Amino acid sequence: MICRDRASAGADERDFGATSEDGPPLGFLPPLTTIRQWVPVLSLLAAGLGLYGAAAIIGLWGRRSLASVYLLSVAAGLVLAVAALRHLVEAASPVSITLPLGLPWLGAHFRIDALSAFFLLVLNGVGALIGIYALEYGRHDEEPGRVLPFYPLFLAAMNLVLAADDAFVFLASWELMSLASWLLVLSTHRQEETRPAAFLYVVMASIGTGTLLLAFGLFSGGVGSYAFEALRGAALGPGKAAVLFALALLGTGSKAGLFPLHVWLPPAHSAAPSHVSALMSGIMTKVALYGLIRIVFDLMGPQPWWWGVVVLVIGGITALMGVLYAVMQHDLKRLLAYHTVENIGIIVIGLGLALAFRANHLDALAGLALAAALLHVLNHALFKSLLFLGAGAVLVATGERDMEHLGGLIRRMPRTAFVFLIGAVAISALPPFNGFVSEWLTFQAILQGALAPQWLVKFAVPVVGAMLALSAALAAVCFVKAFGVVFLGRPRTEAAATAKEVGGLMIWPMAGLAALCTFIGIVPVVIVDLLRPAIAMLLPGSGMALAQSSLIQLVPLEAGRSSYSGIAVLLAISFLTGVLVVVIHRLAANQLRRSAAWDCGFPDPRPETQYTAGSFAQPIRRVFGASAFAARERVDMPAPGETRAATFEVTLRDPAWEFIYGPVSRVVARVADRLNVIQFLTIRRYLSLMFAALVLLLLIVAVNQ
Amino acid sequence: MREYALAGLQLLLVLALAPLLTGITRKVKARLNAKRGPSLIQPYRDLLRLLRKEAVLAPNASWLFRVSPYLIFTAVWLAAAIVPTFATDLGVSGIADLIALVALLGTARFALALAGMDVGTSFGGIGASREMMIASLAEPAMLMVTFTVALVVRSTSIASISEFLLTHDIGIRVSLFLGLVSLVMVAIAENARIPIDNPATHLELTMVHEAMILEYSGRHLALIEAAAMVKLLLYLSLISAIFAPWGMAVGTLGGGALALGLGTYALKLAGGAVLLGLFETSIAKMRVFRYGEFLGAAFLLGILAAIFLYVSQVL
Repeated sequence: MICRDRASAGADERDFGATSEDGPPLGFLPPLTTIRQWVPVLSLLAAGLGLYGAAAIIGLWGRRSLASVYLLSVAAGLVLAVAALRHLVEAASPVSITLPLGLPWLGAHFRIDALSAFFLLVLNGVGALIGIYALEYGRHDEEPGRVLPFYPLFLAAMNLVLAADDAFVFLASWELMSLASWLLVLSTHRQEETRPAAFLYVVMASIGTGTLLLAFGLFSGGVGSYAFEALRGAALGPGKAAVLFALALLGTGSKAGLFPLHVWLPPAHSAAPSHVSALMSGIMTKVALYGLIRIVFDLMGPQPWWWGVVVLVIGGITALMGVLYAVMQHDLKRLLAYHTVENIGIIVIGLGLALAFRANHLDALAGLALAAALLHVLNHALFKSLLFLGAGAVLVATGERDMEHLGGLIRRMPRTAFVFLIGAVAISALPPFNGFVSEWLTFQAILQGALAPQWLVKFAVPVVGAMLALSAALAAVCFVKAFGVVFLGRPRTEAAATAKEVGGLMIWPMAGLAALCTFIGIVPVVIVDLLRPAIAMLLPGSGMALAQSSLIQLVPLEAGRSSYSGIAVLLAISFLTGVLVVVIHRLAANQLRRSAAWDCGFPDPRPETQYTAGSFAQPIRRVFGASAFAARERVDMPAPGETRAATFEVTLRDPAWEFIYGPVSRVVARVADRLNVIQFLTIRRYLSLMFAALVLLLLIVAVNQ
Repeated sequence: MREYALAGLQLLLVLALAPLLTGITRKVKARLNAKRGPSLIQPYRDLLRLLRKEAVLAPNASWLFRVSPYLIFTAVWLAAAIVPTFATDLGVSGIADLIALVALLGTARFALALAGMDVGTSFGGIGASREMMIASLAEPAMLMVTFTVALVVRSTSIASISEFLLTHDIGIRVSLFLGLVSLVMVAIAENARIPIDNPATHLELTMVHEAMILEYSGRHLALIEAAAMVKLLLYLSLISAIFAPWGMAVGTLGGGALALGLGTYALKLAGGAVLLGLFETSIAKMRVFRYGEFLGAAFLLGILAAIFLYVSQVL
């Protein structure tokens, strides 16, 4: 059965008529699928998934299939992106389909609505560009056979998560997404740090899926159905709803990288091949947030205001801690991965504000906060993928990820440097690029937080606003450091000094992402138009979000109160710069001379005299690190005449490990030790143990009835 | 048309006044040190001299090094033009609000810090690293002040902030006072003034701004110096536009109102420059690692001001 729900009245009658014609399901079998209507979105979805499937199978042939696997993935991505874009532009009503797959009495429900279409567009649009990049980058993989089959599988699984319309399909695709990405991380298993990273990842992913399983179990327990349509109207008691909310937040938060569940994310994302890192950091974390939005905003009914505060505060802490971790890193990919944690925090701040506003029936403000969050979803997908691809280009050209071994690449790799610079400026939330637009909208939503009636909200909002402001400023520190140490200055190693620019297949996708970052930065309203159907669906009372915005200006609430015009900033800066260049070169001097660096009269030719990544971060480590990471510096300076080398040592303690994972893993180890005894029992004892367990379970059942 | 003319006038005005402002500050400081000090128009002469000289580049300086001065200057110049000076509505203010202004200055700082690291000298790195550390606290402090003001007047647009404060009696607000203190501290730090940085030294390890631009010469150096002067003017205009908007021309602009606006603006700037000179002479330079405490205090004052307003706000 294919039906368009919430369509016009006439269409409704016909489609629901079709449902009743099929009659009640025969036994446990779902109704047979009869195609009555040509639904382009669903056909394109099927075609795209088919292409991914074909690519995954071809991928089994290993290295020889490289070009065909990535080309097929690009084609699939384009097909799916076009389908999603069409759905959004037409502001079409949701379409759903039930296929007789999976559990016999359930079938597999799929549905495309405005929210999933927006995420499908982000996933497949960016995914297609990453696929083009992989055509060249993939040739440098150590073992392509371990990447090729799983790469399309990973993309297909993420698509399935977004299209799922029942808990079973959702969880199965979620797990497939986790496992496929885990296998992709393991493709670099010959590197020392990959194996513990992959182990941690699979443990955290299992915990995440486990909590989601419990959440959906709790949810459907009262309804008796796993279909989202049935869950959507389910009435839950306040206690049960709160537990469900906590479980959903844990399950999706562990995948998205919310503090302190982020610990697996940086090692796993940085260990994977770079195009996979881009997918994991840029997109998979967003798919996880999609899960959160779907459950909390769409499926669950009215909610108390304090949920918003919980989400808001977690978002604030995640943003701040994420960027502080990132500033301390000297591995380029790890820095980017930690920075993902920060951006997830920013998105979650927007979601928390939307929840708090919605609970107080301030729906227009909730719409603004949600628009900010969803816009940042797209923005982060764009610039984080761009930066990871840039890091991949550096890795291909030099074989190095450690920033302390790089430097001066702007001269050897000018194109990569240029696009990486755009990504770095955009992610630091600086105008006129896209990162600024979504952070600006988040700030505008935060400013409205004073309108909430609860004291706790009034208190939490400015504090989280301060955290967001601090993390935005620290992001700039982080990317001045990343770009400055890697691309500027003098090369620190032979590898950096002899690096060669990568080929066009790698440059062009990055340039495309950089162009999108700029485009959204100057005319954000184009994307806001695509977001409106999703916001209207999740917050029916919100009216039209950012209604007074135009191509020229972005206006969050009312004109005159606040506005930002990216295009005017860009035009004004370009115009003034142009005038300035002409005036100065015509009227003043235009001679240029190359001569040795001045450096206060004592230039030292050795590249070691430059500031390193570690020394760049030292002031921040002093100011923030002492409290956040208990940072300690130890200098061992030999006395004059001694020949041993001087050493400088920094120790940082990770609070997440120190206070949460350390104690938990110690308890688990101790309990496991105790339980170890059970492994060495006689058969009699095993049998009596099973008997006791059976009696206990029967007792519980009896008492419950 | 009139709006564009006023916008153009505003752009030229901030450019023309900025070196004079620096000149006044230097003169006041010299007089307080019992020196005669250079002439008030010496900064103009310095800029012209630098503009006419050839630019010397290190052999490995990249395009970023050459482009940055222009970008830094125009970003700061545009930001300064957005702040209302002698009249509240100058046509340009719709481009960006107070938050965007902070971010625009952030773009300029980003370019400056990268330029400092381009040649790969130890001084450039030390300057960039310290500048970014200062910014990491000063920028959020300024955003918190923005929040405070925006909550009082329910707008983040700077023009409507001044207009609101001119036309409404908001009484004396504790939050605004805290915000003023915080903004002054930020202005001192952002303009590389004592006690954070010393604009007069070159060969001192505590230097921040001067270390970053050590490799610049000729027209590039002129642009960066001019940007620093415009930035000082920007902060003084901003402080007076928010906390002392008196005399600014509002609404339809008649000749008399404009003259009054220009006159009071000139007085405010001169007063600000004298106060800055007095303050700088009366205080000692701080150690680098006490910046955190100074700016942390500014940040906390800003948060406190914002929290007061959030909590006291009613629907």
